[in-house]
Amino acid sequence: MSSGAPDRRSEHRRGAARLAVVGAGPAGLAAAVAAAETGAEVTVVDLGQRPGGQYLRQPTVAGVRPDPHPGRAGDLLRQAGGHPRITFRSGHQVWSAEPAGDDPSETWPSSRRHSSSGGPAGAVTLRLFGPAGPDTLTAPVVVLAPGGYDRVVPFPGWDLPGVVTAGGAQALAKGQGVLVGRRVLVAGTGPFLLVVAAGLASAGAQVAGVVEAAPLHRWSRHPLAVAGQPGKLAEAARHFAALRRHRIPLWRAQAVTEVVEDGAGLRATVRRVDADWRPGEVTRTVPVDAVCVGYGFTPSVELAVALGCATRIDPADGSLVVTVDELGRSSVPGVLVAGEATGVGGAGLAVDEGRLAGLAAAHRLGLLDDAGLGRAAAPVLRRAARQRRFAAAMHRVHRVPDGWTEWLRPDTVVCRCEEVTAGRLRADVTGYGLDDIRALKLVTRVGMGLCQGRVCGRAAACLLAAASGRDQPLEDFAKRQIVMPVPLGAVAEEGPPQ
Amino acid sequence: MPPPEPGTADGFTITVDGAAVPVRAGQTLAAALLAAGRRSTRRTRFAGSSRGVFCGIGICFDCLVVCNGEPNVRACLRPAAAGDTVETGQRPGTTADSGRGGAGVGGPDAGEGVR
Amino acid sequence: MAGSFDVVVVGAGIVGAACAYACARRGLTVAVLERAGLVAGATGSGEGNLLVSDKLPGPELELALFSNGLWRRWATELGDRYGDIELEAKGGLVVTGVGPGADGAAGLAGLRATARAQAAAGVLVESLDPAGVREREPAITPELAGGLFYPQDMQLMPAKATAALLAAARADGAEVRLRTEVTGLSRDAGGRVVGVRTGAGPVAAGHVVNAAGAWAGALAGLAGADTPVAPRRGFILVTEPVPPLVRHKVYSADYLDNVASGDAGLQSSTVVEGTPAGTILIGATRELVDFDHRYNAEAVRRLAEGAVRLFPPLAAVRAMRVYHGFRPFSPDHLPVIGADSRVPGLVHAHGHEGAGIGLAPATAHLVAQVVSGERPDLALGPFDPARFRTEVEAARAAA
Repeated sequence: MSSGAPDRRSEHRRGAARLAVVGAGPAGLAAAVAAAETGAEVTVVDLGQRPGGQYLRQPTVAGVRPDPHPGRAGDLLRQAGGHPRITFRSGHQVWSAEPAGDDPSETWPSSRRHSSSGGPAGAVTLRLFGPAGPDTLTAPVVVLAPGGYDRVVPFPGWDLPGVVTAGGAQALAKGQGVLVGRRVLVAGTGPFLLVVAAGLASAGAQVAGVVEAAPLHRWSRHPLAVAGQPGKLAEAARHFAALRRHRIPLWRAQAVTEVVEDGAGLRATVRRVDADWRPGEVTRTVPVDAVCVGYGFTPSVELAVALGCATRIDPADGSLVVTVDELGRSSVPGVLVAGEATGVGGAGLAVDEGRLAGLAAAHRLGLLDDAGLGRAAAPVLRRAARQRRFAAAMHRVHRVPDGWTEWLRPDTVVCRCEEVTAGRLRADVTGYGLDDIRALKLVTRVGMGLCQGRVCGRAAACLLAAASGRDQPLEDFAKRQIVMPVPLGAVAEEGPPQ
Repeated sequence: MPPPEPGTADGFTITVDGAAVPVRAGQTLAAALLAAGRRSTRRTRFAGSSRGVFCGIGICFDCLVVCNGEPNVRACLRPAAAGDTVETGQRPGTTADSGRGGAGVGGPDAGEGVR
Repeated sequence: MAGSFDVVVVGAGIVGAACAYACARRGLTVAVLERAGLVAGATGSGEGNLLVSDKLPGPELELALFSNGLWRRWATELGDRYGDIELEAKGGLVVTGVGPGADGAAGLAGLRATARAQAAAGVLVESLDPAGVREREPAITPELAGGLFYPQDMQLMPAKATAALLAAARADGAEVRLRTEVTGLSRDAGGRVVGVRTGAGPVAAGHVVNAAGAWAGALAGLAGADTPVAPRRGFILVTEPVPPLVRHKVYSADYLDNVASGDAGLQSSTVVEGTPAGTILIGATRELVDFDHRYNAEAVRRLAEGAVRLFPPLAAVRAMRVYHGFRPFSPDHLPVIGADSRVPGLVHAHGHEGAGIGLAPATAHLVAQVVSGERPDLALGPFDPARFRTEVEAARAAA
């Protein structure tokens, strides 16, 4: 297996201020561009074949028309792609992040006095696995912009082939030119459902309907947050217009509470739900090829947690997020975090947070002084604050109350990897007196499979809290030094010089 | 620099469970399977249930296939290559007949990461 | 909280659970007090080994052989009512001369001498040439000198075993109180321990059993009964589920030296085994670093390197997870079991280092005999809690 030594050496030779950015979505690209503009040499590591992340996903298949990306996010792909000081390592998984030891070959910029605490104490080694095998990337400053993924609550049949996440359906359509089904149903909560429904319809799918669990009149309670973001209103209007154009019905205060196989396809049961999402009467059953579900997003915080960054529960949506200051600085010097991992707020906010983190990284690298940082950050900070208010209102409208637990049957799989059912989980919690996530994982194996609890962790914590009467810290599902599975051969390779 | 634009070469075929499946250059295995109307990628270790693409972005590990003999390949991430031989319906982690006793079969393995 | 019990067991790991089970079955009233949650310590961080192969003739091997039989019986007793504890009598395979440059001949001679001594002490052991090793483990490297097979070595799922033992003890009337930290021991005028103090109030006890694992030294300290048990950190790598690749518990002979060593620095040897979940567990590292929870990349790298050297196909198998725990290390490598002659009423059950799962039933059986005033089935002299007087005094002098 090859090693990344030549790259590392050439970076040292240039003696430039180096920034590593993890994630090539809106936040990561914005951070990379902002830092590169101040003179930093930036390496962007991303799992995708092409930069863009989920929101700015670029097709990898010839003939698939790229989505037009309006506004600042769309410009980023062009700016980052053409920048001489930005290098991409696409198709690379970051599987571990460790504080780097003192590296005598470390080259620091002469203007280092500007850095807030300075020194290799904040340096980070990222362990990568890419098409050519293992590699490492060591940098004195890192911006983590790992994004997030669809949050899904379990329901009977959610493990059937043909039930996919809304984001997955969109990725296949946007990136691959493939529809998950000819006739599809989109269900869950949040404005993203409208985006996905409109996108699938434009790509040629027959969208049977959008099932939204929230009663949308809650939006009228947040006039100020909406007024502060006229762009968001226009965006929503566009989505609703697209639904009307494609004659897609929107069923509010309802949820897909069960999916069963039906011949070669699926049949989804739609029920009315109350404000806590307890199931009411069946409103319709819908025969489809695929059901696309999304209940908001789960931030990817594992890399930051592995580096020891402090986390908190975002009061807006209950997600575990990385604690950062307004410029994206985490509790670990030299580790900045931007985008969904610091709180789910959408692509526009991610761009601003990325830009701020890029500026703060440049400051730490000594490329910006305090005044320069302040000048560059001020307008972005104001815009970010407005967007955060809007995001908080959005989360309140589209909150996920616990009533979904009543959709489950004893044989409903909760942990998809290890096939742990709701009945098993509840029986073991009661029978063995389990009252924490660690014991639950060990005894039932919930969250112990290949996805490491990313998909079921929050649902399992919710069920455990209900059955044990004890609140559960979500961080117990995010603590892992091996962030993504990687061949043992790569783990066995020597790391960078320590 | 960003990676080169995807090739514009014509498609190719891969072999899925012994049958030829057409692929457009640049497609992942998952896309090729779905385009060919194949929704199921694997069976689960214990119950033997069918699973397919779920998250579509490499998070959930449900769309696992065996590709050229390599088990547990995420079909949603792996770009298809001409001549790939893909097996679906496998039960990674067990031999086909040895699914042991259903859910909850464990193994002395603590799930806690390290700080 | 209040109450009065014949026995208060401190610690809800495998040893505490086993003690509670053994005592409750004799009709004693039992409370288990646990500072954290179920299996929060080494029990939830190990491999579930029940080994006779890694013990030389002596009191620990006697304890292991006794435990081996007890675990088979307990697995049946518990299985139907309290859940499968996944006991697998898979056997252990010790190999030597692995990889280029290894001195196979010397290693083999050493192993065979060990095997002869163990056989004389009642251990079943079979000597294997390289072909014999590969017949038992087809995926193992061809570059090895030979090995020994131990059919009595077993494996179980420690968290499930602990949960089942506690459930069974509860059925016999025991109380299990989690998140209840013992903050002090209550003594009567004569100095006898008559209970414990906790954050939730006092609990009276005829006997207090110290099953606090790596924290046992601190608990003993509350009674002024210094016991030099220290945490010895270990990392374990876990692979993704794969079709059966490793059939037995397989380890390299240097594991024996590591276990027997008291070196504080990082020691690693290769221990590989599959589990019923399809994952493969890879150990073992040893470090005396107090309760340091930080990741040690070099320790984990060595685990991967050793596993791939022993089973080359593992290079392509993905590591899914790494975890760590703290073994209760005892300076003379023998557990601490029995009544404390310095503090009447205090009974010890700890210091098993990495063998706690395997030795738990025998330990519990002996503890139950001690608190019942019976003559123990095994001589407790070698495990005497007061035996460390010299070490303790030396440490105090140094401090």
